Order: sequence, then C-alpha cells, then structure tokens
Amino acid sequence: MKIIVLMKQVANKDAILRINRDATWIEEGDLSFEVNESDGYALEESLRLKEKHGGEVVVCTMGAQRAKSVIKDALARGADRAIHVVKDDLLNLTPYAGAKILAEAIRGEQPDLVMTGLQSDDNGFAQTGVILAELLGLPHATIVIEVDASGEQLRVKRELESGWYQWYTMPKPALLTIQSGISQIRYATLKGIMAAKKKEIKEVAPAATDPAAPSQRVTKVYFPQKTKQTQFLGDGNAKAGAAQLAEKLRSEARVF
Amino acid sequence: MPNGIIIFTEHRDGAFNKASFEAVAAGQQLGATLGQPVSAVVLSADANVAQGLADYKLDRVVSVENAKLSEYTPDGYADALESAVRALDPAYVLMPHTYLVRDFAPKLAARFGKDVISDCVRASVDGGAVTFSRRIFLGKIDADVVESMPVEVGEVRMKPEAPFQEVKAAVDLSKAEVIVAIGRGIKGQDNIQLAQQLADALGAELAASRPICDAGWLPIDRQIGSSGQTVAPKLYVALGISGAIQHLVGMKNARTIVAVNKDPEAPIFDIADYGIVGDLFEVVPTLVEEIKKLKG
Repeated sequence: MKIIVLMKQVANKDAILRINRDATWIEEGDLSFEVNESDGYALEESLRLKEKHGGEVVVCTMGAQRAKSVIKDALARGADRAIHVVKDDLLNLTPYAGAKILAEAIRGEQPDLVMTGLQSDDNGFAQTGVILAELLGLPHATIVIEVDASGEQLRVKRELESGWYQWYTMPKPALLTIQSGISQIRYATLKGIMAAKKKEIKEVAPAATDPAAPSQRVTKVYFPQKTKQTQFLGDGNAKAGAAQLAEKLRSEARVF
Repeated sequence: MPNGIIIFTEHRDGAFNKASFEAVAAGQQLGATLGQPVSAVVLSADANVAQGLADYKLDRVVSVENAKLSEYTPDGYADALESAVRALDPAYVLMPHTYLVRDFAPKLAARFGKDVISDCVRASVDGGAVTFSRRIFLGKIDADVVESMPVEVGEVRMKPEAPFQEVKAAVDLSKAEVIVAIGRGIKGQDNIQLAQQLADALGAELAASRPICDAGWLPIDRQIGSSGQTVAPKLYVALGISGAIQHLVGMKNARTIVAVNKDPEAPIFDIADYGIVGDLFEVVPTLVEEIKKLKG
C-alpha cells in the first residue's frame, strides 16, 4: 500500500505571536516552527498501516526551505521518501490554490491512500485535504480517529460532535484527514535519524496557479476584540494575583 | 448574474441544530444589508423536513430531495448542493460551521473552483463589498414558503453505519456548578494533583481541554469543547488553557470565567472576567491557600 502523507510546517504552538507591520500576517522572523500537530498523527497512522500491511510512506510538504526540518523528522521516524514542493511564500495561498498545487505534485504517484491532519494550526481553513480529494477524484473522510485497511474496502471511524462517532466504508484509493490524539506518536531513533540521511527528498516546483483572482484574500490580521472586560490581577506578580482573585471570587463572583 | 443568499441548514432526522439557526440569522442580516433575497435549503429524502423552517422569515425554503439524502455522505451532499447552487445561482452560500459542513463544504466549493471562508463569524458590508471575519459567532433568527427541488445524486462511494456513542459518559460536567479545567500549560500528568487541590478547595469538578485527554492524563469524559462536553457553570477556572475556538465553544457561557496563563495574548483572556498573566504553578498554590483562609 502506498500512502502519501501531507505535512505542513507551522509556527510553534507556544510561540508568542506578533502581528507584522503591515498587519497582513504574523512576524515570522524570530519564530520557531514545528510540524502541524494533526499532520504528525497522520504520519504516525501511515507508519502503523505500513507496518501492518507493507508498502511505502511518502511525505509531501509544501513550503520554504525551512520546511525541510519537517521532512527530515518524518523520514527519521520511518517515512521512506519525500516530495518537497518548494514555495517560499504560502501567504495568500487559498486552500483551493494550495490543493491544486499539491494535486499536481502527487498525481503521478498514484497512492492507495492520502493522509493529512484535519486542519492546520495556523490558517485553520480545514479544507486543503477535502479539496485535494475532489481534485484527484477520491472519496474522503474527515476527522478520522481509526483506520481499518485490512479489507478490500477501507473502514474508518469518524468523530462527530458531542461524543458521537460513526463508521464509514469506502473504496481505495481515498483521502483521510486525521484527528489529533488518535495514537501515541513515536520518537525518531538515532538509527532512524542516520537512515534518514540516505532517503530521497525530491524537490519540485509548484505548478502554475490559476491566473484567475483568488476567491478569498486576507486584508488584515488583528487580535480579536475582547468580548468581556477582563480584570487583570496581580500585575505580573502571580502570588498577589492569586490573593486578589480569591477575594474577588468571594466578594464579586460570590462563588463561596 | 448571481443574486441572493442561500443558507444550508443542517438537521438530524428533521431536527435542525442551533448552528443552523445562527447561520439563518447571519444570512438574514447580510441579506437585509445587501438588499438581497434570502433562502434556506434543506437536504433530505423527506419533503416534510423543510416544513420545520416554514415559520422563519425567509424569502423561500427549498427542499432539495433525493432518496440518497436520507443519511449524510459527502458525495451525496456535494452532488445535491451543487445542483441546488447551480439552479438558484446565489451570490453567497452560507453554512453553519459544524463538523458535517467541514466534511463536505470544501468539496462543494472546489466544484466551483473556489474554497470556503471557514470559521467565519462577522460580515461587514462597505459599498456592496462584503468583508468576512473568520472566528466568532452571530445571533439567532426566522422563514416563509417551501418549494421542492428533486436533484440527481451520482454514485455515493462511502457507506455510513449508524452513529453511536462510546460508553456513556461517567461524569456529566453540564451539572457542575464550578469547574477547574486544565490545558497544555499543566505540562505533566503529575501536576494534575495541583489542579485537583484547587478543585477540592472550590468544590469543583476537574475538566480539561482536548490535548490533556488525548495524552490520556484525564479520561475523555472530562473533555470540554466541540468534541467533548458543553458546560455553563457558575465558575470556570481555566488553568494553562490557551483558548482554541474548539475549547471556547464548550465553555463560553460560564457565568464567571477565570483564566491563568503565561501568554498575555492567549485568546482565553478575551472571554475571561478575571485574568492572571503568570505561571500557574505559582498562582494555584497561593490561590488554594487563600480560598481556604477565606472559607475559614
């Protein structure tokens, strides 16, 4: 079974974000980056399926050269080879345009399964996977938390809202978007890191995007307006803040 | 020339969900501002379902009908809505932001060479141009006539089984008056006892954001948010929770919200009544002590 895993590099979750001068995006200069969380689970699930059923896991990442760290890490964890769609600026790339580029980059691979995370932790469009499936003519399932690939057909468990679940059966090839937390992610071993150095990373240029105007464009980014007047307590002194909070919970909020 | 707004409304066995009414409200507001007609579309195998929207103030309610729409599949819904959108030729298609919509809407949009402005919640109109802001929420609303539109649905490749719930949730957090919730800022399972001490002092239930339950540090039935429980306690104390929208939807209606986080820009502070910017490992022990003192 050939599995392609789409992985994106995003700003570190714990990074303190600042908005750039033009208010068009965040200031990236001093940021650290990491793999998008749910994409990491998509890789883990792909590796587990390969271990069970044999085959190959191919990582595909779109982004600047710095995204190589995501690829190398995936290869060290056990992916067999990688496709890097080198594109410096993903800003203003709509989900449709991004999916089109990815579709052209992987079309020739004819995978049995395409896996990715359910959404990116930066733009959070939650669309690239589904649009890609449509462009490749594949059936898809989103928010998948269990994959059974042992039969002729694929059987997947999807998470619905409020604690409900549902199993779907569909033919292969298919595209799945994976929910975070569906398994324990393995660490790269030293052996894996050494082996990764010999693995192929194919660089490809992005296919020309449609000259038509994009269907959406970010005009401004800003911190959300507060919906509540927050009383900030302690002024940087955690202990003082805690003491004031206890008093306010009693006198204002009257919770005890 | 495309004109009008159509709103996709979601129902399960004829019962419309709250998010759909919020989408209807948003559509009516946008329609009023733009001076455009507003219609709702209902996908179903049963024409009667659309009657459920008859009392809402809409220009029309379109019942999009096909036997294959008796249960949700992305293939079936995308085919049916594609037909409806081509026939109605609207300027805007509005949808509630639900897991179901997330599953098929990008597929539908792709058939028009477009994508979705997802997680959107504010629309402002300036000279006929609409700017959508992503993230946030709108209010409620209302409809009129019902017309029906049989549609073709092609091959449906995925076959759904009946939805089910895993073991009944052992804890019903929706009944709790006070909740102490932890997020990634708690750093390790061993530190949970610290949050537990605060919960004990306040007579609270312990809860968590998704990453904590994913890691197995607390059982899944203590998860708050879109995939977990929705709560509205008197007091909600968020420790080390940044406040992703998926978490906020599960607790934003708490009467009093307290947030402790190291990051002053954490979105949890946007909805907090009281905030402490600081290390929860310094704040919580003092808070426990002070509460005990005040309680005498």
